[in-house]
Amino acid sequence: MFKNPLVAIMHLVVYAGFIIINIEVLEIVLDGILGTHRLFLPFLGAAYGWLINAFEVLALLVLIVCVVFLVRRNIIKLKRFMSKDLNGWPRSDANYILITEIVLMALFLKMNAIDQVLQTRGLEHYRPTGEFLISNQLTPLLQGFSSEALVVFERICWWLHIAGIFAFLNYLPYSKHLHIMLAFPNAYFSRLDPQGKMHNMVSVQNEVLYAMQPELAPTDAAPPARFGAKDIFDLSWKNLLDAYSCTECGRCTSACPANTTGKLLSPRKIMMDTRDRLEEVGKNINVNKNFVDDGKSLLHNYISVEELRACTTCNACVEACPVSISPLEIILELRRSLIMEESNAPQEWNGTFSNIENNFAPWKFSPDDRDQWTAEA
Amino acid sequence: MKVRTMAEMMQSGETPEILFWVGCAGSFDQRAQKITKAFAQILEKVGINFAILGKEEACTGDPARRAGNEFLFQMMAYQNIQILNGYGIKKIVTTCPHCFNTLKNEYPELGGTYEVLHHASFLQQLIDEGKIKIKEGGDFKGKKISYHDSCYLGRANDIYEAPRKVLEALDVALVEMKRCKSNGLCCGAGGAQMFKEDEPGEKRINIERTDEALSTGASIIAAACPFCNTMMTDGVKNREQENAVAVLDIAELIAASME
Repeated sequence: MFKNPLVAIMHLVVYAGFIIINIEVLEIVLDGILGTHRLFLPFLGAAYGWLINAFEVLALLVLIVCVVFLVRRNIIKLKRFMSKDLNGWPRSDANYILITEIVLMALFLKMNAIDQVLQTRGLEHYRPTGEFLISNQLTPLLQGFSSEALVVFERICWWLHIAGIFAFLNYLPYSKHLHIMLAFPNAYFSRLDPQGKMHNMVSVQNEVLYAMQPELAPTDAAPPARFGAKDIFDLSWKNLLDAYSCTECGRCTSACPANTTGKLLSPRKIMMDTRDRLEEVGKNINVNKNFVDDGKSLLHNYISVEELRACTTCNACVEACPVSISPLEIILELRRSLIMEESNAPQEWNGTFSNIENNFAPWKFSPDDRDQWTAEA
Repeated sequence: MKVRTMAEMMQSGETPEILFWVGCAGSFDQRAQKITKAFAQILEKVGINFAILGKEEACTGDPARRAGNEFLFQMMAYQNIQILNGYGIKKIVTTCPHCFNTLKNEYPELGGTYEVLHHASFLQQLIDEGKIKIKEGGDFKGKKISYHDSCYLGRANDIYEAPRKVLEALDVALVEMKRCKSNGLCCGAGGAQMFKEDEPGEKRINIERTDEALSTGASIIAAACPFCNTMMTDGVKNREQENAVAVLDIAELIAASME
C-alpha cells in the first residue's frame, strides 16, 4: 500500500478536500433550494468563519496538488503515464478530472472573494462573515468592479460551482475517477491470505477425489460447469470490483518484471480490459434486457494468450497496488481456462505436464533416481 | 552420511523431528543437488533427526497450478497428502520456496495441515538457538554479498528478514539491490516460466535482475531458491562474470562456514 509516501500525502489532501468541502456544498445546495445566502452563518456565529477558512485552506491545497499532478503527467511525463495503455480516452480522462477539480476550487475561492468585497459595500444580502484567509487575498483584484457586476460574477461562480459538482458526480461512473468511491470498499474486501496462496477449485478437487476414491462420489454428482474464467461472468465479484476501483496509475505495470523487460503483459491493461468488457456487457444488457451472446470474451478479444503467458506470478503487481487490486487473480483464472477448456499450452508446458504426471517431476527423470543424491552425500 | 527415508524410519519404529522436503530441483538438478547436500550436512552436523520421503516424494504441483492445470495440481496434491498423512508428518522443512508456499498455504484446505518452514527460517532458528556455530574468520567474512529475494518467500509469504539474519551471522557485508524486499524483482522463473521460453521482449528477466545484482559490486549473489539460483547463475554466465561472481544458496554459505 504505502509505497510512495509523498504521493500518498498528496492524495490525502485531495481526498480530505473532497470529503470535508462537502459540508460547504451542503450549505450551497440548501441556499439554492431555500433562496437563502450563507444559511449556516447565523447558527454557527464565529465558528462559521473558522469553518470556511478550513475549507479555503483545503481548497487551495487541493488546487496546488492537482496542478502538481498535472505537471507529473504532462510536463515531467512519468514513464507510467506515457505508456501505450493510456493512449486515447484514458489519458484525457485523467487530465479532465484534474482540470475540473482545479476549476471547481478556483470558482469556490473566487465566489468567496467577491462575497468579501460585497460585504464591505454593505449590500444587504451579503452579511459580514469576517475575513476569509485565502479569498481575502484576492479582493484587491475585484475592487474596480461595480457592485452590480460583482453580484453577477458571484452568481455565475456559484452556479458554475454547484453545476460543476453535479456534472462531475455524474461523470464519475464513466471515469477512472470512480476510485474515489471504490478504493475504500475494495481495500476493505481485499484478501487476507498470504499472497502466494492460489484460489482453490473445489470442483476439480472433488473430481480428483472421486476418481481416486470412487466410493465417495455421490451418484448425482454434476460435472464442473466451467474451468477458470473465459469472460467476466466467470470472475468473482471482487475481481470485478477491482476493475472498477482501478485508477490506471500503472504502479503495477512499472513493477511487473515481464512488462519492464519489454513483454506484452501489462497488469494495468488487464484491469482496464476487464472494466471495458464489463461496460460492453452492460451496454448489451441495456439494449437486449438480457445478455445476448456477442461472440466476444475477455480472453482472446481483450486479453491475448501472449500477455497471459508472460506472467511469472511474482505478485509484484499485487504488492504495488495502493488500493489492493489483484491483477494476478484474473491472469491465473484466464490461464486456467486456456489450459483446461482449450488445451491451449505451449509445447514445452505440455512436456512439463506429462513429466509431472508420469515422472512426478517437471523434468524427464526417473522417479527412482529422486534420492540418487543421497548416495553422494 | 546416511540420509534415511520415512519408510526406513517407520520400519525401525522411529519418528524424525522433521521431514526434509527436497523438491524436484533439489532432487534432480545437478546445481540444486549441491544445495540439498549442504542442507542435509547442516542438519546432520547439528544433530537433527530428519528423514526424506525419497522415491515417495512427488512434485507439489506448483508449476502445473500456476500454468493453469488445476487437475494435475490436484492429482499431485492428493498423492502427496496421502503419503504425508500416512506417515503422520507434523513438521516439514524445505529448501524450495515454491514447495514451501504450496505445502504451507495450499495443502491445508485439501486436507494436509503441517508445520511448514523454509530453510531460511529454520537456519535462522538454529543460529538463534546457538546450534549452528560459525567458525571464526570464515571464508565469507567481510565479503560483499547481495541477497536476491525469492518472490515465493518474500511477497508471497512475507519472509524478508530470516535469510538476511542468516547472512549477517556470517559477518558479511550485506549490500542491497535497488529493488529489494517487497519491491524485489523476480528472477523470471516463477509461474512455470522456468519450463518454457520467454515471451517475445527486449530482455530476459534473469538478465535484468543479474545486471542489478552485478551493479552492487557484490562478489556473491545469495539466493534461497533453487530456481532463482539457476536463473541468476545463467545471468552471471551470460554477462561473463562467472569467474568474479558466485551465486550461492544460504545453506551452502552456512555449510561452508560451520565449525
